[in-house]
Amino acid sequence: MATVSSPGSPAGKRVEVSIKKAMGPGDDKVHTWPHLVRAEFLCSVLVLFGLMVWALLVNAPLEEPANPSRTPNPSKAPWYFLGLQEMLVFFDPWHAGVVLPSLIIVGLMVIPYIDINPKGNGYYTFRERKWEILTFFLGFHVLWISLIVIGTLLRGPGWNWFWPWEYWDPHKVEALTSVNLPYLLGIRDYFWAAIFGLVAILGFFVVGTIAMYAWVIWLKGSEFMERWGAVRFGITSFLFLNMVAVVIKMLMRHMFNIKYVMETPWINV
Amino acid sequence: MSWWQEVKDQITESQVWTSIFRHGYDDTPRNRVLMVSGNVWLHLHPSKVRRHATRMRFTWCMGGITFLMFLVTVVTGVYLMFYYRPVAQYAYADMKYLEFDMPFGMLMRNMHRWAAHGMVIAVWLHMFRVFLTGSYKPPREFNWVVGVILLVLTLLLSFTGYLLPWDQLAIWAVTVGSNMGRATPVLGHEGPFKELLGVNPLYDARAFIFGGGEVGPHTLLRFYILHCVFIPLVTSLFLAVHFWRIRRDGFSGPAL
Ligand code: HEM
Repeated sequence: MATVSSPGSPAGKRVEVSIKKAMGPGDDKVHTWPHLVRAEFLCSVLVLFGLMVWALLVNAPLEEPANPSRTPNPSKAPWYFLGLQEMLVFFDPWHAGVVLPSLIIVGLMVIPYIDINPKGNGYYTFRERKWEILTFFLGFHVLWISLIVIGTLLRGPGWNWFWPWEYWDPHKVEALTSVNLPYLLGIRDYFWAAIFGLVAILGFFVVGTIAMYAWVIWLKGSEFMERWGAVRFGITSFLFLNMVAVVIKMLMRHMFNIKYVMETPWINV
Repeated sequence: MSWWQEVKDQITESQVWTSIFRHGYDDTPRNRVLMVSGNVWLHLHPSKVRRHATRMRFTWCMGGITFLMFLVTVVTGVYLMFYYRPVAQYAYADMKYLEFDMPFGMLMRNMHRWAAHGMVIAVWLHMFRVFLTGSYKPPREFNWVVGVILLVLTLLLSFTGYLLPWDQLAIWAVTVGSNMGRATPVLGHEGPFKELLGVNPLYDARAFIFGGGEVGPHTLLRFYILHCVFIPLVTSLFLAVHFWRIRRDGFSGPAL
């Protein structure tokens, strides 16, 4: 603790202030050269060295020449898209391949605008932004990374599930016993099944939005909801419910073998 | 030693030398600033930064590593371009040629490929770090959006490059990855509401990506140009914006 006389104090009277306070905010700055440049340089050298060793030890794959008439089984997309390919198990291609990726991109982009929590800006904290971090964790780690791992390691011929110690049997037969939700509930008529499905989906979003509203009010109070605003709440709950819907659909498929909630001649969900 | 000093002075005070190097190497505060502000590459940085921003614990160095991986792919990629022809008859043979006959061909190819994978992983970790430090909060909202665009561009760069070896892995991975194009609602020939615009396999969203009904020679050329010219250019533009915004908004950090 060094002492400096503070400008506001009467002449001659010395007030003890730490140097840091006396210099005011903005003054933990250091010179970029050498402090930052040195770190960047060392980091680059290490990473380049690692990359070089890796490139010397492991060759990039090159298989037989392209042959459009011989489809390999399984055909896998590049690993970073396997989360989406895994979604094809649960959703039709237009949903898994077009709607979900669009929602992911848009959802990521709106994060700064729907998160109005002023805390946790510029430092690590879990306590001050529990819900944001948990939601991100669900989307990024559970739904994106773990599905990539499944797609890479556990999916074999016919996109069937194989444990690492199992032989990839291309003739493995999986009984296609999946049924639609309305059928499971005893609705046999196509028209009414479609109506039921539509109501179920709309109902999910309506009830989900109301539940989320109540939950936020309960958790944060109505003063927070007022600051958050209807638009932010609407976007957030829509995106969040879509994410939850993916989880629900996966569970329905794995546990009850349900294929579609709604089936129509035009579009199936 | 005085003759040595004399020669040194002669050189460092000559017109040629001083026209290139504007300041000495003495470790003075002034030089520390000039080192950064007088150098076109380093002046991406401000001349002073807050202490925590230099710590790997805070940034994980992941944005920098993403950029480094991008630079590695640019350099190795240019090398590969000298030997590779994006034509269906030649592409695969050129890969073999490059691997077995070109000096350092295999090493360059490996580095290009693994750096591309590294870039995808690093950009995800970078995004995760930025999320965890809440660095997207005001005033940096827009830079997060630019970041998401960069994320998509990174994936597209990787994906378009995947096709170029023109082997089984390449065409089938790209076929599977792009098949969703044909399922696009309204615009894909297997998507919902396909009747509205009268799309067909040769005239829909996927055909636009492929340049035809399936992955073929036309797709190879298309992906080559996207991979080597178009997407790198767009990525560079967004990188410029990204870095510029970091300079403008300052680096995030705890309030003082
Ligand atoms: C090609 C991809 C990218 C490159 C090369 C890149 C590069 C960088 C670099 C070098 C920094 C400086 C700090 C650091 O190293 O962490 C940075 C900061 C930042 N990046 Fe990225 N980035 C990329 C993608 C992204 C993505 C995907 C996001 C978010 C979705 C993002 C959001 C940000 C934000 C908000 C900052 C400011 C961080 C702060 O002030 O703490 N960037 N980026």
